[in-house]
Amino acid sequence: MKTMGRMLLTKEPFSEIVMGNTALVRAMIESGTRVVTSYPGSPTPEIATAIQSIPGEKRPFYFEFSTNEKVATEVAFGAALNGHLSAVFFKSVGLNVASDTFVQLSLMNIIGGMVVVLGDDPGANSSQNEQDNRHFAYMSYTPVIEPSSPAEVYTFYKEAARLAQEKKMPVILRLTTHVCHAKEKVAFSGWEPSPFDNTPMFDVKNGPYISLTSEVFPKKRRALKNLQIIEEDSIRCGLHRTEDHKNRKMGIITMGLPFQSVMDVIEKAADKPDILKLGLVYPVPKEPIADFLRSHEEVKVLEELDDILEKEVKSIAYDLKLSTAIYGKMDSEDRIGEYTPDKVYQLLKKTWPHMLPDKGEKAEDLTLIPQRPAQMCPGCGHRSAFYAVKKVLEETDITVADIGCHSLGFLPPYKMGEILMCMGASTGMGSGLSIFNTSRKVIVFMGDSTFFHAGLPGIVNAVFNKHNITMVLMENGTTAMTGHQDHAASGKNFNEPVEAIPIRGVLEGLGVNKIYETDTYNQKKLKELLVQALGDEEFSVVIAKHPCMLKFTREQQRQPGYIRKRVDIDQNKCKRISECIQTFACPTFTRLEDGSIRINPDLCIGDGSCIQTCPTSAVTSPGAKGQEDNNG
Amino acid sequence: MDKFNIYLTGVGGQGIGLISEILLRAADNAGLNVKSVDTHGLAQRGGVVVSHIRMGETIYTPLIPAGESDLVVALERHEALRGMNGALKNGGVLIYYNTVWQPLDVRLKNADEITEDVISQECQRRDIREIRVVEPALKDIRMQNVAVLADIAKFELIPGINNENYIEAMKDLMEGKKLEDNMKLFNGKSA
Ligand SMILES: Cc1ncc(C[n+]2csc(CCOP(=O)(O)OP(=O)(O)O)c2C)c(N)n1
Repeated sequence: MKTMGRMLLTKEPFSEIVMGNTALVRAMIESGTRVVTSYPGSPTPEIATAIQSIPGEKRPFYFEFSTNEKVATEVAFGAALNGHLSAVFFKSVGLNVASDTFVQLSLMNIIGGMVVVLGDDPGANSSQNEQDNRHFAYMSYTPVIEPSSPAEVYTFYKEAARLAQEKKMPVILRLTTHVCHAKEKVAFSGWEPSPFDNTPMFDVKNGPYISLTSEVFPKKRRALKNLQIIEEDSIRCGLHRTEDHKNRKMGIITMGLPFQSVMDVIEKAADKPDILKLGLVYPVPKEPIADFLRSHEEVKVLEELDDILEKEVKSIAYDLKLSTAIYGKMDSEDRIGEYTPDKVYQLLKKTWPHMLPDKGEKAEDLTLIPQRPAQMCPGCGHRSAFYAVKKVLEETDITVADIGCHSLGFLPPYKMGEILMCMGASTGMGSGLSIFNTSRKVIVFMGDSTFFHAGLPGIVNAVFNKHNITMVLMENGTTAMTGHQDHAASGKNFNEPVEAIPIRGVLEGLGVNKIYETDTYNQKKLKELLVQALGDEEFSVVIAKHPCMLKFTREQQRQPGYIRKRVDIDQNKCKRISECIQTFACPTFTRLEDGSIRINPDLCIGDGSCIQTCPTSAVTSPGAKGQEDNNG
Repeated sequence: MDKFNIYLTGVGGQGIGLISEILLRAADNAGLNVKSVDTHGLAQRGGVVVSHIRMGETIYTPLIPAGESDLVVALERHEALRGMNGALKNGGVLIYYNTVWQPLDVRLKNADEITEDVISQECQRRDIREIRVVEPALKDIRMQNVAVLADIAKFELIPGINNENYIEAMKDLMEGKKLEDNMKLFNGKSA
């Protein structure tokens, strides 16, 4: 078997099929990156998976999952002030959390250099929005390098690291979902591990590192000067490239994944447009853009999300009094969604109707296929919690969601958690919803990773300002939705076992007086505690505790002698009330054509959380089941 | 070889990732230029999981345009129909593992389960070759993907890739008992 860890430390040059996220880790190693930090979020967690594949003692850099993106940024920054090349990575919206620190970075003389790797998500494949983080780059004077493929993730990270080290500043490497997750064969250079100097180099003489009034202007001047140098450097070091199809009429300026889509789409064009592909997307390289404009009659700017590059290109044309026709976003739909080949085809059709051949009519679909939204796994403690909460609430009560697997509670049949914003926001929103409100109870949900990430301030506020709401804290011991990363209450960090920070103890320390706790599977107890908590005239917390069963089952399956268990339905007792399907709604319960209810043996994990919910006690205790008595 | 596009689909937890990685590596072993991409993240939680694989001399993105797949590989019946409707060319090939993980609306009685007949009729109407796989004696449901792989090999559904290429890919990705069991299944079925 090939192992990723061994591959990543190969000393000779080699080629391997890898995901963009994996290619990044090899680039980190080759560049001599010493400190890497993160908080998990799609599309970036596989970067940590690749890091984890290298045994700790062989890993040439330090890595940690920090409690949130802001802290991760600060740790990477601090390390770089000691002279270590550092990197931090997180998902698009992570930058909102990190922003207070992030926007200051370019003002600092970061002697080790620092790369900020962003996993942006045009298409909102796994995020709350599609935010275009180039806006943050403009606001903070931070250069942005944008690769379009795994091979470029590898080479562009190395460029970003070089620039960051040379200019002693932060550089953004902006990845997008299908660049992170694309797989292709990448040719890697050789790598020779070299000894590192661990001497802490922090020295105020490299600063000042305090941005007070009189210091702001010189620092800002330096940042702006750096941008200018980097713009010129990007031209010299070949970050931009052109695809010359000898077309003097039509040209396209693009970058990132849209570039690859354009290349696929124009293959069918009789008259292929020329293409200018940018590698550094902020600051934009004026000279190559001006040359490209001069040499084409019509230029289309193809960029995902906002019209940032378009405005730059238009202003370059204006300043130089060029008469090139420039086409950018043609309507608001052009700002929405990922620029896949399908989308780029439409965009080019709209711009130049005759450039591409028409597509054949798609076969009409005759059958409606039921949607398949993501949902909580069999045995998920969150399901048991929602089931209980629903039983004790009035129809009019208000339930507020937070980020995590439990966000899926908004789906039928639970419909729990009807407002969702961002990590940690449930308590604050719930507090607001409780003001002047004496008739509708407010329940807020929160996961345990979120509790530490951004949950604490809202809780302190609810205690301090006396908001009468109830929190259900869904403690499953892990950051489940992003792939089971450990957090402060897990009992280990990325590198070693540590003492778990007890959630209950934190709540007590914050002055929460009403704290209740039970295993989430215990329906009777959970309902009792919820009723009690809802009756309290102050902020109360019910800790609903059960390990993430996806993680737990996977761990069990790896044990020798593992025997899969399943519950069963006693068809003599089943009265087809359908509580298990309609209300508890574990995906294991399947409805047959004759109206009977069966267990899907592929799905049931035998956790038994459903047993208490059957009004006729037809669901029997889990027993070891072979595939042979597959009753589904 | 000109371009060849494979669209894989199933439900989170069925092992789309593994079969996709085997096909990707088998194509590379066969000396083909190949790219792929999987959906990650939210979709893992019992939602639809999709993987795109493209082979050919000049391919740029791994993303297959709608309706341009030559082969759709599905691990579940509803996803087989969804996949072929959205991704498959007329005249292409659909191979699916015939199991059902009922979508929410079917369980809640808001929609009917998709039957084998519906899929067969669609395949006939669109001149699609349909291959149905089922292996009731499987020791572990996580081997359904390799059962499908074995039929892909047996029916030579992907031009330019032979059994040796698949086997080498499996050896790259698995070891020990897991490899042994899957090899036995593969060799038994694909021969
Ligand atoms: C600012 C920010 N960072 C990261 C994410 C990615 N993310 C989505 S769900 C989730 C997991 C939260 O874990 P937890 O609160 O423990 O809930 P669980 O998934 O375990 O139920 C994370 C980190 C995000 N949405 N926003």
